[in-house]
Amino acid sequence: MHDVVQYIQSYLESNQTPGAAGNFFWATVYILLVFVGLSIAVIAMNWLERKILAHMQVRLGPMRVGPHGLLQPIADALKLLLKEDIIPAEADKVVFWVAPFIVVLAAFTVFVVVPFGPTHAITDMNIGILFMLGVSSLSVLGIVTAGWASNSHYPLIGALRSSAQMVSYEVAMGLAVVSVILMTSLNEASTGTLSMIGIVQAQQAQQQWFVFKFFPLGLIGFFIFAVAMVAETNRAPFDLPEAESELTAGFHTEYSGFRWSLFFLAEYSAMIAVSSIAVTLWLGGWLRPFPNALQGPTWDLVFSLIPGLTFLFLAGMAFYSTLRMPKHPLFRVQTIGLAGFGALLGVIGLILFIPGVRLRVQDIFWFSAKVAAFMYLYIWYRGTFPRYRFDQLMKVGWKVLLPTGLALLILTALVAMRGELLADVRGVWRP
Amino acid sequence: MHAMLDISTLHYLVLGAALFLLGVIGVLTRRNVVIVLMSIELILNAVNLNLVAFSRYWQGIHGTGALHGQVFAIFIITDAAAEAAVGLGILIAFFRNKETVNVDEVNLLKW
Amino acid sequence: MNPAAIPTNPPVATPFFFYLLATVMIIGGILVITRKNAVHSAMALITTLLAQAALYLMLYAPFVAGVQIILYAGGIMVLFLFVIMLISIERTEKERQFNKQWLVGIAAAAALGGLFIAVYTTTTSGRTLFPEGKLSYAEGENTQRIAGLLFDRATGTYMFAFEIASLLLLVAIIGAVVMAKKRI
Repeated sequence: MHDVVQYIQSYLESNQTPGAAGNFFWATVYILLVFVGLSIAVIAMNWLERKILAHMQVRLGPMRVGPHGLLQPIADALKLLLKEDIIPAEADKVVFWVAPFIVVLAAFTVFVVVPFGPTHAITDMNIGILFMLGVSSLSVLGIVTAGWASNSHYPLIGALRSSAQMVSYEVAMGLAVVSVILMTSLNEASTGTLSMIGIVQAQQAQQQWFVFKFFPLGLIGFFIFAVAMVAETNRAPFDLPEAESELTAGFHTEYSGFRWSLFFLAEYSAMIAVSSIAVTLWLGGWLRPFPNALQGPTWDLVFSLIPGLTFLFLAGMAFYSTLRMPKHPLFRVQTIGLAGFGALLGVIGLILFIPGVRLRVQDIFWFSAKVAAFMYLYIWYRGTFPRYRFDQLMKVGWKVLLPTGLALLILTALVAMRGELLADVRGVWRP
Repeated sequence: MHAMLDISTLHYLVLGAALFLLGVIGVLTRRNVVIVLMSIELILNAVNLNLVAFSRYWQGIHGTGALHGQVFAIFIITDAAAEAAVGLGILIAFFRNKETVNVDEVNLLKW
Repeated sequence: MNPAAIPTNPPVATPFFFYLLATVMIIGGILVITRKNAVHSAMALITTLLAQAALYLMLYAPFVAGVQIILYAGGIMVLFLFVIMLISIERTEKERQFNKQWLVGIAAAAALGGLFIAVYTTTTSGRTLFPEGKLSYAEGENTQRIAGLLFDRATGTYMFAFEIASLLLLVAIIGAVVMAKKRI
């Protein structure tokens, strides 16, 4: 018994990720936490996307199930699970069955290396970013096979479009990522790193987020990635594989019920995954904003209080809407539920003020806040931009993003090595 | 660790040889060009597995810097990408002309 | 760069994972060369490639494993699936799957297999081929060392070969474009 306790404690005292420390208990706990957190995030995104889109279009969005439609995602999930599971008669049964699982596995496996904090990652791999790009590119296999196995025209066209699109934008994405990896190697030992935690630590060591590095080069790389990641996740304005006005629903036209919900889950967790790549590579990962301008113990304290204050603010909003609920007996259950939800948020907020928790959790908060900003951007894009035509999409990928990415890579390398280059030039001119 | 249970370089070599043989059988017996190309990928992968296993063996003797096998494997993966691109391009051109993907119908040289 | 990333523990249950992955790879390989439907073959090949990436990890080659996933499984196999979808395969499924020289093919493969067995079972003065070397290093520096072999001024043995490989890729791109064009 003592050994077990010691084994579990052995991780808490180390400053490593559980994967690197080889602690299976904590690794399992982290995996479960990430899985549960992702599921909650996807459910929340489902509700938020519909509400925000609705408000952008001056509608109300879901209002019926629960106060302000808060329980709508749960109702949707129940409906999807109870739906009849249809497999088309001419479909390739095995491949049709396997395809959604490939997409979901690829979307979830990526989170093994996502660093929510210096020790808050399941593991830290030497090839972290390569692993993330590789595994997230596997989801295209699931999409292509789903489209093919349906044995129907719209899914097949959607699958062809999606494979062409994802392979094209992966190239530009990779170039932007390589320029960041060049930036990580700007230290005394000039050793770069591919590890996700290492990339954030490099930004910490250089006292600069890479989006501001070599202005405007870092910004251009970030922009390329931000465009390519929307195309990679098949979201508006690049949602041609599932363009409803042309292809009904694209590659998942023939899917329904549980299998369709797997595609849905995978799409949203892939969005979170690419957003967390962007946050880690350019926006300083778990680091708090303004580490240079606002430094010192006072500012550290102020920033570490923000997570708790945010939750208290949310709790206050919930209580405010509780007061504004109709006073009709029909709404009594909803009013009590909303008040309970507010109380839950408030308790979480208060827990976040405890010093030990505060210091350990604020990394996760900053990371999640940055990712949440990206998720809002995704919804904003969908509410704002018209869909591209397919030839325009290919043109943007190959004729704009790819040359820009190549030029960016060369320029970054030149600027990073300018000292040695100048020394070389001097050596040639004045031997 | 029990000596019988330890995985040695030879284990990887045997696995590589088995994959190589499967690839050879595929290349020599199948008619569909796509599957022939996939069998070639199998062969290349068998070679890669051997090279990486050799690299580990070599590291045990010459220290951690001896990663030549892994560098070779990376070059072979590059070649495989080039081969797949050109091979599939040829396949599409061939399919457009003859409406078939069978290797033994590529007999233009013996009218 | 990041010493925390270097694991200090030995890998767990190596024989179990080796035999599991080896079985997956062999079954996948058999499926690749026996399936009628090219898409099923491609799926089997993808399984084999991913299992092989896991084997690379067990061989302390994380960078090669990453390249295997991103290039083979994510790039080349997507290309294969793309082409399979462009060409109609309903007809090819009903046709004869093996060519007329399959007997010769099997015989050649059997001869090759015999050669492998002969080589691998040979013992010279009590030692078999390739006894396990001593392995006491971590994977932490793998990527940096490979980069050193490829790019470094002092240790870059393969810099020229790398340039040639990039030239090869350029030629392959041009070749693929020329092949796929309708009128040249």
